[in-house]
Amino acid sequence: MEYQNIFSRVQVSAGGEASVGPDDDWPRTGMFDSWLLGTFGDAQVGPFYLGWLALASLLSGFIAFEIIGLNMLAQVDWNPLEFVRQLFWLSLDPPTAEHGLGFAPLDEGGWWQLAGLFLTVSIILWWLRMYLRARVLGMGTHIAWAFASAIWLYLVLGFLRPLAMGDFSEAVPFGIFPHLDWTQNFSLKYGNLFYNPFHMLSIAFLYGSTLLFAMHGATILATDRFGAHKEVEQIFDRGTGAERGALFWRWTMGFNASIESIHRWALWFAILTTLTGGIGIILSGTVVDNWYLWAMEHGIAPNPNP
Amino acid sequence: MAMLSFERKYRVRGGTLLGGDLFDFWMGPFYVGFFGVTTMFFALLGSAMIFYGAALGDTWNPWLINIQPPDVSYGLGLAPLTEGGIWQVVTICALGAFISWALREVEICRKLGMGYHVPFAFGMAIFAYATLVVFRPILMGAWGYGFPYGIMSHLDWVSAVGYSHIAFHYNPAHMIAITFFFTTTLALAMHGGLILSAANPGKGQLSKGAEHENSYFRDAIGYSVGSLGIHRLGLFLALNAGFWSAVCMIISGPAWTKGWPLWWEWWRQMPIWG
Repeated sequence: MEYQNIFSRVQVSAGGEASVGPDDDWPRTGMFDSWLLGTFGDAQVGPFYLGWLALASLLSGFIAFEIIGLNMLAQVDWNPLEFVRQLFWLSLDPPTAEHGLGFAPLDEGGWWQLAGLFLTVSIILWWLRMYLRARVLGMGTHIAWAFASAIWLYLVLGFLRPLAMGDFSEAVPFGIFPHLDWTQNFSLKYGNLFYNPFHMLSIAFLYGSTLLFAMHGATILATDRFGAHKEVEQIFDRGTGAERGALFWRWTMGFNASIESIHRWALWFAILTTLTGGIGIILSGTVVDNWYLWAMEHGIAPNPNP
Repeated sequence: MAMLSFERKYRVRGGTLLGGDLFDFWMGPFYVGFFGVTTMFFALLGSAMIFYGAALGDTWNPWLINIQPPDVSYGLGLAPLTEGGIWQVVTICALGAFISWALREVEICRKLGMGYHVPFAFGMAIFAYATLVVFRPILMGAWGYGFPYGIMSHLDWVSAVGYSHIAFHYNPAHMIAITFFFTTTLALAMHGGLILSAANPGKGQLSKGAEHENSYFRDAIGYSVGSLGIHRLGLFLALNAGFWSAVCMIISGPAWTKGWPLWWEWWRQMPIWG
């Protein structure tokens, strides 16, 4: 098969390329080449930029991770072998309903609250870092806002919906199988989430995102021998790679995006996945008690007794 | 003529797989080709069958129109039209249209001097569809195991198959597939966002290029996969989402009939735990 790229397959190791933009508060360090990574993408790893925000975020995330892990370890009487054996099943549960929205005793969900608090702090600090690095480098903050959409879904599940329902027992437990069980029980409790229109939208955007990335990734790879991967350059000065990619879709389905607009489609599809998902969750149990009955009422599920 | 300003010089003859020059023309923006004709044939016939099936049913509510596969008692044979035969014809038409569409994409790729990445990727989606309505029903011995064609009815089918395995989230291939779907969407957000943030840095700022894209991701996570690599990564993730979706269905029934939570007992019963 023909080689499809304008790049040579020879990997050059020339000491690496320094990052641009200031790193006054915390110097960037460490840089090396990985031949293995270079067979697929960029060979260069680093330079790494830690910074105060990442340091605090990682620390906070580590504390959350440890609270969850040590609670699970305590549940198997500190037996490390049993811990590994039961790991997928172990769970750190939120407080029971009678504790309401107050602080629960540590062994009755208080640890869950602490873990959630530290995890949330960690995530928000990481969001700040993503936002500020974009600003410092003189770039747009698009990625930070997409990240915010994911944080919205996370906050709905663990905080905002429990707040609306009046107690933290509504939140998701920490644990591999337990969070899957929670998801299934949630769906059953509210009359099957498939009938929730926002769940429908969220899934459509999730599948749509996958479809878009397959279409976009494949288009760029298929036209890369014409230099199509230089996307920002192509936005301002369209080359034959971008033209062929556009015509491919125009001739296939009568419509094409441009190099810039395909990235807007991409960003919005991904953002809307978690945005609509969060709306679907926060409405369940607060506004709508049973999505099946809701769907029947609105004529999108068959009514056995019309 | 619906042509882009630069389009005329690309509209050249040749590159067809079948039919030579006979179907080598455009209709408006659409390329036709031999496989455009077969796509139209299958798509029109299949749609007509769906309308026929809807007309026989008791509703025109688009959410509720439902084209059922034959009863399991028909096995792998043909069923009368009104008892699942319509579903069988629609399935043949769907596969005919999808495969024709992929081959038409191949012809367009050849015309434009492009690689075959897009039709290959579409082939993965066709493979996943065929797994649900052809391969899995064949392995289980009846067309009745295919999913019904209808907006709500196919969701009900997904629910029913899921709960018949108690908790489908425990299906290991389903876990992998979902992880790929989520990861693809995450990577898509990051890629789309990065390109837009480099090209649109805000009022009064100059647009940035690959140097800044790399710097942003190296600052953020210590690695930038690069402007070529991200498209390889995206395609890889998306193809895997489709592939593992097919795997998680073909093992549910043909290879594992019990609840999926039970499958994990091998882990808890390994002799290494003592």
